[in-house]
Amino acid sequence: MSVLILEQTLNGLQFGLMLFLLAAGLTLVFGIMDLINLAHGSLYMIGAYLVAAVAQATGSFALAALAAVVGTAAIGVLLEVAVLRRLYTRDHLSQVLATFALLLICNEVVRLIFGSQPVMLSLPPALAGPVQLLPGFSYPAFRLAVIGVGLAVALLLYVLVARTRMGMWVRAGASNREMAAAMGVDVKLLFTAVFGIGAALCALAGAMLGPILAVQVGMGESILILAFVVIVIGGIGSIRGALVGALLVGMVDTVGRAFLPMLLRSFLSPAVASGVGPALASIAIYVLMAAVLFWRPQGLFPARG
Amino acid sequence: MLRATLVASLALTLAASAQAADQVKVGFMSTLSGPAAAIGIDIRDGFNLALKMGGGKLGGLPAEVIVTDDQQNPEIGRQIVDKYVKRDHVDFVTGIVFSNVLLAVAPVVFDNKTFLISANAGPSLLAGEKCSPWFFSVSWQNDATPESAGKYTSDKGFRKIFLLAPNYPAGKDMVSGFKRYYKGGIADEVYPRLGQLDYSAELAQIRAAAPDAVFFFLPGGMGINFIKQFSASGLGKQVTLITTAFSADEDVIPAVGEPMLGIYNTGFWNHDMDNPESRAFVAAFEKDYGRLPSGFAAQGYDAARAIDAAVREVKGRLDDSEAVRKALRANTFKSVRGPFKINRNGFPIQNYYLRVVERDAKGRITNRTLSTVLKDHPDAYAEQCPLK
Repeated sequence: MSVLILEQTLNGLQFGLMLFLLAAGLTLVFGIMDLINLAHGSLYMIGAYLVAAVAQATGSFALAALAAVVGTAAIGVLLEVAVLRRLYTRDHLSQVLATFALLLICNEVVRLIFGSQPVMLSLPPALAGPVQLLPGFSYPAFRLAVIGVGLAVALLLYVLVARTRMGMWVRAGASNREMAAAMGVDVKLLFTAVFGIGAALCALAGAMLGPILAVQVGMGESILILAFVVIVIGGIGSIRGALVGALLVGMVDTVGRAFLPMLLRSFLSPAVASGVGPALASIAIYVLMAAVLFWRPQGLFPARG
Repeated sequence: MLRATLVASLALTLAASAQAADQVKVGFMSTLSGPAAAIGIDIRDGFNLALKMGGGKLGGLPAEVIVTDDQQNPEIGRQIVDKYVKRDHVDFVTGIVFSNVLLAVAPVVFDNKTFLISANAGPSLLAGEKCSPWFFSVSWQNDATPESAGKYTSDKGFRKIFLLAPNYPAGKDMVSGFKRYYKGGIADEVYPRLGQLDYSAELAQIRAAAPDAVFFFLPGGMGINFIKQFSASGLGKQVTLITTAFSADEDVIPAVGEPMLGIYNTGFWNHDMDNPESRAFVAAFEKDYGRLPSGFAAQGYDAARAIDAAVREVKGRLDDSEAVRKALRANTFKSVRGPFKINRNGFPIQNYYLRVVERDAKGRITNRTLSTVLKDHPDAYAEQCPLK
């Protein structure tokens, strides 16, 4: 039982940290630029496809991940300069429509280039096997690497946001955009940089999740919904909120899937429990979001006090 | 514009007044995108191969096949089939991969007095009391293949099994089929969401339950991911994997590779089946598509050949649905699985075989048939079907 709890905790941590990579960029863009970017998931998809393409061409996963992060950041910057910049002053409806169009365009372009069948991205051979953590308990090496990368990025982002001048601008922008601009922050440049960083984080998540899941058209949409749940729970514009929210969602989802059916079976018949369990588990995170919204409508760590 | 409309309506009038049909229209709706796309693509390629070998004709009539992707979505499927039966006036609907899609579209097809030839999905709901005279299957009833896997598991002496299947109609059918023939104990049964790709939570549960073996039904990309993640988790040393062809066929094996070796699974057909039809089909498929055909491809091929035989039998009089039904029931076409009968509910009575994934003489990782597990096996629901 204790091994099961340990393993599920690791699973939840891994899933949560990957959600954090996606949510961090999304919450900054939403919080600072007040832009609802539905195409955020597309950057994740583009990153994963770049990893798959480069890994296939060169055979090196590390090289592929690096190329994807740099390439996706460049695409993100290009998107911001060419399209999204024009949307900052528009209302949310125009933003949703425009970024939804972007999402559809991205999907179709990727479908044209790579086809509608998923691309299978193999685990890098060095991390393909299990690692023995305790006697009788081994855990996939790649998932441990994912946790390591996630923690490192979280730390890096913390230092970037809390300890550097650029981080100060970002925080200033998140809490009051007009005032930050009035105080001489080059908001235009800041927005482009933040968007580029968000895109790079998306690509990193794509590189980490691509080999575990599948690289396919539409992979961004399902995870984008979860990323929005995360930033709503964490508080829009707050990196700390995104981290806490992502870990909460990751844990609740994993624990819900693993332990809820077990719990139900203790007082329901197995047939009923196996029917109700998965249904309840899949709505657990939305129940969590509803509860947070009820007691703290601004999220757990609102950027704007 | 006006002239074009006139010509078109004239053509329509002419077509409607013709007595015997001058063409066969087939609505081929399948899952051609997403993680399970390989299944739909195999069924489509098998169907097209049969069509090509017949010179583009079905039963001597020119065939028009409308191919559409249902995106594994029941609502989209319903819209497509609505268009098939109401605007295109197809004679047959076929190609559907998923049981939840098939169950969503079946009422539309039946109400419009159109034949539904299943080339894959075989939900139990259509096999028993609610069987339909408009439904025929060239594949299997969902429960039947896992029944053979359950029998193998019992015979092999496994006593503690962990069951894993997606939470949708076919997943439930597969598990109940397995349990019908498996006599040992059950460690746990888990039903993930259909389309789930990360099995970390389920693998942890398997480790905690410590079963002898895991029986899983995870079609398409779900199975690919599960087997890969199972292999990476190191559970393979303690736990045996047992499955059906739906997670151990030519759509899955090349994507997973070495971790497939040694997996026992059951199915109604394999490319090493020894009869002239099967050999001809495998050779033609390999020549045209450059890969080995899966059981799904064989189902697509047989669907086209079943329609071909029925249309030929009624001499193209597709309006006489009673005659078409009789012809489909008589099942005179030469199947790649050898001769088989159609039961009163429209589902096959056929053999199910045990296979194992090995390296063949050419070094390819693929299935080898070992033995017959269930012979001339009808499905468990046919008795309740009121049709004669």
